[in-house]
Amino acid sequence: MDKEQRKHEIPMAKQDVLDRIHNFYEVALGYTEEQAMAEAERCLQCPNPRCVTGCPVEVPIPQFIKEIKEGNFLAASKKVKEKNSLPAVCGRVCPQENQCQQMCVLGKMGDPISIGRLERFASDFERRNGVTVPELEKAAVTGKVAIVGSGPAGLTAAADLVKLGHEVVMFESLHLAGGVLMYGIPEFRLPKEIVQSEVQYIKKLGVDVKTNYTIGRIYNIDELFAEGFDAIFVGSGAGLPNFMRIPGENLGGVYSANEFLIRVNLMKGYLFPEYDTPIRIGKKVAVIGGGNVAMDSARCSLRLGAEEVYIVYRRSREELPARAEEAENAEEEGIIFRLLNNPTKFVGDESGWVKGMECIKMELGAPDASGRRRPVPIEGSEFMMDVDTAIIAIGQTPNPLIQRTTEGLETTRHGTIVTQEETGATTKDGVYAGGDVVSGAATVISAMGAGKTAAKSMHEYILKKKAAK
Amino acid sequence: MYKIVTKKELAPNIYLIEVAAADVAAKSNPGQFVIIRLDEKGERVPLTIAGVDFEKGTVATAFHAVGRTTKKLAKMNAGDSITDLSGPLGNPAEVGKFGRVLLVGGGVWCAPLRYVAQALRKNGNKLVVVAAGRTENDMVYENELKAIADEFHVASDDGSKGHEGLGFLADVLKTQKFDYAVAMGQVSLLKKVVDLTRPYGLKTMVTLASLMVDGTGMCGACRVTVAGETKFACMDGPEFNGLDVDFEELVSRQRVYLPEERMASMIHDKLGGGVKRG
Repeated sequence: MDKEQRKHEIPMAKQDVLDRIHNFYEVALGYTEEQAMAEAERCLQCPNPRCVTGCPVEVPIPQFIKEIKEGNFLAASKKVKEKNSLPAVCGRVCPQENQCQQMCVLGKMGDPISIGRLERFASDFERRNGVTVPELEKAAVTGKVAIVGSGPAGLTAAADLVKLGHEVVMFESLHLAGGVLMYGIPEFRLPKEIVQSEVQYIKKLGVDVKTNYTIGRIYNIDELFAEGFDAIFVGSGAGLPNFMRIPGENLGGVYSANEFLIRVNLMKGYLFPEYDTPIRIGKKVAVIGGGNVAMDSARCSLRLGAEEVYIVYRRSREELPARAEEAENAEEEGIIFRLLNNPTKFVGDESGWVKGMECIKMELGAPDASGRRRPVPIEGSEFMMDVDTAIIAIGQTPNPLIQRTTEGLETTRHGTIVTQEETGATTKDGVYAGGDVVSGAATVISAMGAGKTAAKSMHEYILKKKAAK
Repeated sequence: MYKIVTKKELAPNIYLIEVAAADVAAKSNPGQFVIIRLDEKGERVPLTIAGVDFEKGTVATAFHAVGRTTKKLAKMNAGDSITDLSGPLGNPAEVGKFGRVLLVGGGVWCAPLRYVAQALRKNGNKLVVVAAGRTENDMVYENELKAIADEFHVASDDGSKGHEGLGFLADVLKTQKFDYAVAMGQVSLLKKVVDLTRPYGLKTMVTLASLMVDGTGMCGACRVTVAGETKFACMDGPEFNGLDVDFEELVSRQRVYLPEERMASMIHDKLGGGVKRG
């Protein structure tokens, strides 16, 4: 491979934009075997790989890429799974550009190696050819662990702990495990069948998954200890939607992004009436917010048949918190960006349905605590937008149920659980936490990293506890 | 899967089922609800708990077969299983010792109301109970409620049974002093009761079965304005002081999915059980 060739990544095919805006099939189509091997060929196999330092779950990146290069696709998948129990998910939704790929040496002169696409390729290959479960060694000292929440943090902690020989029971409040991977991220970015296949893998490892158990209602944390659990991991996510607290917000046609996405993704509202859950979408949709959730909501709206879909965001393009790739996909699909605008009220028709949204124009002032320039309203610049659906995607905070029902669990004023970063330990003995419930809404992979950290410390905690007995 | 252990028709088109869910039964309290999902393609439907049997490990709930899911459920029988039952959800109803308590239930809601009434009675309250319905055909649990009431009334909107409408309550409220009131029923009934108790400033707890999807605080579909603040019925309720509830907004929010619900219900009726699944 010559120098010039090495500079350029192998592009991944996408569904044509004119087709994909009418369906919920996956947008990105993945590498073929030839493409994957050609991309893998670009990897320099650095003796001190920097990419791995950018990965919160420490996937042995050069090693699995080497397997792909040599055509050992199954071996590549197993290599990834040594550290990452959700590779098909990570290969699709991780922001690799800010993590492993950002560290890649190739990135200095051209495109970094496409680690995410290769990870996706390897795990898709294994899934198509039958997933096998590693033989787990029997551990000498084991305990009983409860995992509360089956999102990325919980799934990772569960997998790591069961591999260490512990008895693991995972509680999920919804009817399907997967957390945000099921209810939040849309089918066209992360097919639900793939999530369920990753959940199946974790079940096959031996994790007992109990759906329909809302911890904090059916059992609280202390009751779980009384049931004989030695340690508990709380990964209950950031499930509580933020609203704007502006007039008209409770009108019909104003959704939280959570409600909208739950109806569409988890309940498959886009297949109503074949599926029982309806979702109503209008002709002109405004999505408020600029993160991935906003992009997902906008792109779902389009696929449900909306004629015009707007992203209304109070800062500028530069501050958009969404992954660049997602914002580009949205734009490509015809989503209209109304930047530096902020809604001030919703107006309804006589039946109580939203028919308009008043916005005010914003400008950027001095940087705020987040380091981004603070948006400031321009006085007298209010204007009306004609909309018949509004989706509020301005962030989520942790669901307070567990915090409210657990004594001795310290929380911040944002409702997140206080933990020691290095261990994931909370202020309550034996209780660990990680993911969005600790960090506030963040990425899948950072939640997985937190799950991994907590699993390590929980293992040590249990060993110590058993030794003391 | 959760097995339906018994099924009883309480009145035309109103059913009571007991479902095997021992863990849920062990933890349920009056005023809480479960969310059921009948099958893989089903919607999540909240149903208020009408009682539990610890020994059998069952949870009882009553439903009026008017929507797609409840119509499908009405066709199922003891021995059949539903895919999901999640609960208990929501906060338990307040059932402390208040003194003289007025309880009003509408139609199918008399079943969960009895569960609350039993607890209130056990805690030493005097109960004045009203079983209301649209017609004599949608009254349930009359005898059961009568048995635990110190004073008992029946009322129907059309006057086919007992008092015609709830107007008589104005006199009851004028002649007796109440310390607490509980109403369970359709939003229209709740509003009527609150309109009657408001002049006395009587704390009137209403159970809001608003549109819920997840039932755990995630979606906000069940948001309702209480004393000027947005609350989630599933997390903060479902029981609220009716004097503080913005009923106008609530009624309008409850209509949101009416067209789709009618359509789904019609499809059910035409195709006898649902659309082609494929």
